[in-house]
Amino acid sequence: MTVDTASRHSTMSGPARFDPAAEAERATQAILADFTSAHYRGVVVDSPPGAGKSTLVVRAAAEIAATGEPLMIVAQTNEQVDDLVDRLARRLAQNMPSARIGRLSRAGYTAPDRIANLPNVTVDSDLTALGEPTITIATAAKWAHVKDRTWRWAIVDEAYQMRSDSLLAIASRFERALFVGDPGQLDPFSTVDSDRWRGLTWDPMQSAVAVLLRNNPDLPVHRLPVSWRLPHTAERIIADAFYPHTGFRSGTGPGERGLRLGTASGGSTAPIDAVLNEAAASGWGLLELPARYTVRTDSEAAAAVAAVARRLIERRAVARSADQEQPITPQRIAIGAAHRDQVAAIRTALGNLPVAVDTANRLQGREYDVTVVLHPLSGRRDASAFHLESGRLCVLASRHRQACVVVARAGIREVLDTHPPTGPVHLSEPVKFPDGWVANQTVMAHLEAHRVRVR
Amino acid sequence: MSVITAYARARAVAAGVAQPIATVRHVHLAERPLVFVPLTLAGEANAPLAAMIGTDAEKPTLLTVPQPRNRDLRFAFAARLADIVVPYVDSFSHEVEPLRDTVCAVDAPQLIVPNPMGIEFTRLLGRSTRFRRTDGPYAVAPGVPLLGRWLTYFAERAEHPGSCALLALTDALSLHWATGQSALEDTNLAALMAWIDPPAESSGAQAAREAENPKVWPPAGPATDPEFDNQVLAPLIRAYDTSAPDSPARQRALDELEQALASQLEPTWHLMWRGIAHLRSLPPGVSVAGRWAADRRAFTDFHRYVSEGGAPQPRRDGAVAAAYRLNLLERARTTYEAERAFDDPLVMATHRLTGEAFQGTVVSVDRERRVPNEKGNLVTRPLVTVHTKDPVRLPAGAKVAAATRRSQTGLIVSVETVPDGTLVTLELSGGMGRAKVPPPGSVPALDEQLCYSGVLPENIPSPALPPVEETPWTHGGPPQPYEPSDEDAAEVWE
Repeated sequence: MTVDTASRHSTMSGPARFDPAAEAERATQAILADFTSAHYRGVVVDSPPGAGKSTLVVRAAAEIAATGEPLMIVAQTNEQVDDLVDRLARRLAQNMPSARIGRLSRAGYTAPDRIANLPNVTVDSDLTALGEPTITIATAAKWAHVKDRTWRWAIVDEAYQMRSDSLLAIASRFERALFVGDPGQLDPFSTVDSDRWRGLTWDPMQSAVAVLLRNNPDLPVHRLPVSWRLPHTAERIIADAFYPHTGFRSGTGPGERGLRLGTASGGSTAPIDAVLNEAAASGWGLLELPARYTVRTDSEAAAAVAAVARRLIERRAVARSADQEQPITPQRIAIGAAHRDQVAAIRTALGNLPVAVDTANRLQGREYDVTVVLHPLSGRRDASAFHLESGRLCVLASRHRQACVVVARAGIREVLDTHPPTGPVHLSEPVKFPDGWVANQTVMAHLEAHRVRVR
Repeated sequence: MSVITAYARARAVAAGVAQPIATVRHVHLAERPLVFVPLTLAGEANAPLAAMIGTDAEKPTLLTVPQPRNRDLRFAFAARLADIVVPYVDSFSHEVEPLRDTVCAVDAPQLIVPNPMGIEFTRLLGRSTRFRRTDGPYAVAPGVPLLGRWLTYFAERAEHPGSCALLALTDALSLHWATGQSALEDTNLAALMAWIDPPAESSGAQAAREAENPKVWPPAGPATDPEFDNQVLAPLIRAYDTSAPDSPARQRALDELEQALASQLEPTWHLMWRGIAHLRSLPPGVSVAGRWAADRRAFTDFHRYVSEGGAPQPRRDGAVAAAYRLNLLERARTTYEAERAFDDPLVMATHRLTGEAFQGTVVSVDRERRVPNEKGNLVTRPLVTVHTKDPVRLPAGAKVAAATRRSQTGLIVSVETVPDGTLVTLELSGGMGRAKVPPPGSVPALDEQLCYSGVLPENIPSPALPPVEETPWTHGGPPQPYEPSDEDAAEVWE
C-alpha cells in the first residue's frame, strides 16, 4: 500500500477529495490485516511525525490481546514504555477488563503515579513475579536480559531509533513482530566511529529496521499517510525536506490551525514581536541574529530563544484548532537545541518559566503547540555530520501543532554552501534519504521567507 | 574539538610553539617498542615499496622491494618482515605471571608507526597475507601467514580506545600537545614535531613550514613524495627492470635503490625516536598500567590461539561478532574517557567547562549517617556538601566520583545555587569498608579540595547475545561457518 502521490499536492477541486480520517483508517486496516494474518514474520510501519503511531500500537496490541495469545511490547526508553502502559491500560480497562499488563522494569525503578495505581498493571523487575500477563512490556535494554522464553507476537515501537545490535539481542524472544517507527527522525548513534562493518547487511550501527529489511527484503512496508499533529503550514516543507519520496498529508486543512496573539504588539517593531506576528500569520518564523562565529553556548542566541518563549506568554498566545481556542501555557511550549550544554544555557536564560527545554534526542515523540528552536548550525564555522543530520532538524521542526520559531545566526546558507557533504560512499551500503545537507538547504530556503532580522 | 583544545591551539599560534593539553602521559610506551615506518608505491593498492623497522634507534633494518608490482617480490618482502615481527612478538610469550586460573605475559609487543595511514597500511598488509598457504600452487614462506595474523591482531587492537598495542605517533603526540595548525596538518609527523620541539632560534610555525618541504623532510609515509617518485624512484626501478638478473647493472640498480629509499626513510626514523623520547618525558597517568594490562591479556590470548594453530581472522565479522565487538569498543571508549579525565586535571577541565564535573571545597560532612537500603538494613551513607564555582549541569540523581577517591560513588542529592557559586550535596557509598562508622580518611574531610566527575567508567556488563549458530532471522539467520579455502590463498594481492 502506498500513499497516493498524485493527490499529494492536489487542490480541493480535484476529483477525489482527500479524506484524512478515511485514508488513515484504510492504512491501519491494511497494517492490522498483514500483521494478524501471520503470513509475514515481520511487518514494518513508517510513520511521519504525529501520524498516530501510538494509537496504532495500542490498537494492534488490543487486537492481539483479544485473541488471548501472549504479546510482548518493546519500546526504547522508560518514558516511552510508561506512556504506552498508560494508554494500553485505559484501552484494555474499557474493552477487556480481564486483560492484564506486566511492566517489566529494571531493579530499583519506581513507577510514576499515572501507572502505579492502575488496577490492570503489575510492575516488577522479575519476569516470573509478573505472572502470565496478557501483554508484557519493557525497554529493549531490559528485554535483552530475558532468556529462555518466546512470545508468539511482538510489537517493537520506535524501531528506527533502535540499534540493530539491540534487536539482535532480543529477536529470539518472538516469532513475529510489528515494527513501528518514524524513518525521518534521528538515527541511533554510537560513540565509536568505525567503518569496519560498512556494507554488511547486519551492520550493528544501523537501525533495527534497516538491518531487518536488508536481511528480509520481502517484508511488507506500510505507511501511515496522515500527520494529525503538524498543521497545514508544515505539511509541504516537512514532507519535501524529510520525506521526499513518500510524503504525507496533514490531517487539518488550510487555516484550520493557527496561533493567535492575545495582545497586539502595541505598535512594537521589536524583532521578537515581529517574528511572533510572522509565526502567527504563517506558522513559521526565523529570528536571524547578526552573523558571528560563537562557542556552542552562544549566550546571545540563548537569550533570544528564551525571550521568544517569554514573549509568547506575555502576549497571551492562543492555540486555535478548528473552532476551538486554548490559551498556550508554558507547558505547551518547547524549546529544542542540538547539544546538552546549549539546553543548559537556555534553561539558565529562561529563569523559572516552566517551558520544556531539551535536545532533539529527547524531544523525539513529543508534541507541543509552539516550539522555539535554536538552529543546530547557528554561529558555527563548519557543518559537521552531526549538525547536518537530517533527523535532528526533522525532530526539531516537527514537534509543533501551531507554529515553529527558529532562532539562528545569519550565515547558515553560506556555511552550508561551503560544506557540501564529502563523506565517502561505501560499497554495498544503501544510500540513505533524505540527505542531511539537502534537507538543511530546503528548510533554510523555506525559513528565509519568514525571516525577521535583528540588527 | 573541546574548548580547552581550541584555546590551546589559539595560544600555540600566539606563542609559536605547541601547548600542552595533558599533564600526564595517557599512552603506554613499551621498553622495547618495534618502530615500523612503511612506504608504498604510488598508484598501487597497498604495494609495499620499503620499510625501516627495528627496536633499536641505532640499528634499523631496511627492507626494500625493487619492483613493487612483482607479486613474488612482495611476498619476499612479507617474508623478511615476518622474520623480524614474528620473533619480536614471540619474545614476549616466555615470561608470564599468574592471572586467575591461567597466566598472562608480563609485557607485550608494541608496534609504533608514524601516522594513522601507517595503521591502515598495517591492517591491509595483514589482510593480504593472513590467508596465504605455505603449500600448494601459490605457496609462500612459512612466516607470511603468521605475519598476517599478527599484523591483523595489531590493527584490530588499534580500534580499541585506550589500547597501545599499535600506536600512530602523530595521534599519540596530538593527544598531549595542541599545535597552531589544523588536525589534518598534525598528521604530518615532521610538521607536528616542529611545533612541539622546534629547533633553537626558530618558532614552531616557521619550523613546521620548513618541515613541509619534502626535499628536506621526506613524507613519513606510507605515501611517498611525487617528486621523488618521478625523478629518483622511476628511473631506478626502470634500471632494475631492464638489467639482466645477476648482472653488475642489476646490482648497481639495487644498491642505488636501497640508498635512495634509505634517504627517504632515515629522517622519519630518527624523528620517530625523537617523538617517542619526547612522549616518554611525561610521567604516565595512573590508569595507563591498567589499560596496558588489557593489552597484555589480549596478547597472551591471541598468542595462545596462534600457537595452537588458530585459523586466520575471518574477512568480516558475523552479526553476533559485530554486535559483541561494538559493545566492547563502546565500553572501552567510555572507560577510557573517564580514566583520562581522572588521571589528568587538564582533561578534567574540559568536563568542568561543560558542567559534567565540578571542583570545590567540602563545606559540610555528615559522616556517620545511616539509612535503610532496599532490603531494610541500615547502611552507612555519609552526606557531603561541596561548594563550587564551576557551572554545574549535573542534575539531582546523577552519579559522580572524585578523581582522588575513585572507588567511592556519590549520588547527587541536591544542587543549590548560592550567591558565590553552587552547593552540591552528595550521598556517598562504597570505599568505606563494612564497619558501622567509616574508618578515618574514607570519607572526605571538611575543607578538602575535591573534583567530582559525572563522566564515569562503564561497569555494567552488556547482556549476552545469542550464540552464533542461533543468529535470528532478523539478522540473516545462522551464518555458514568459515572454512579456509584454496581460493583464499590464491587471491590477488590488492
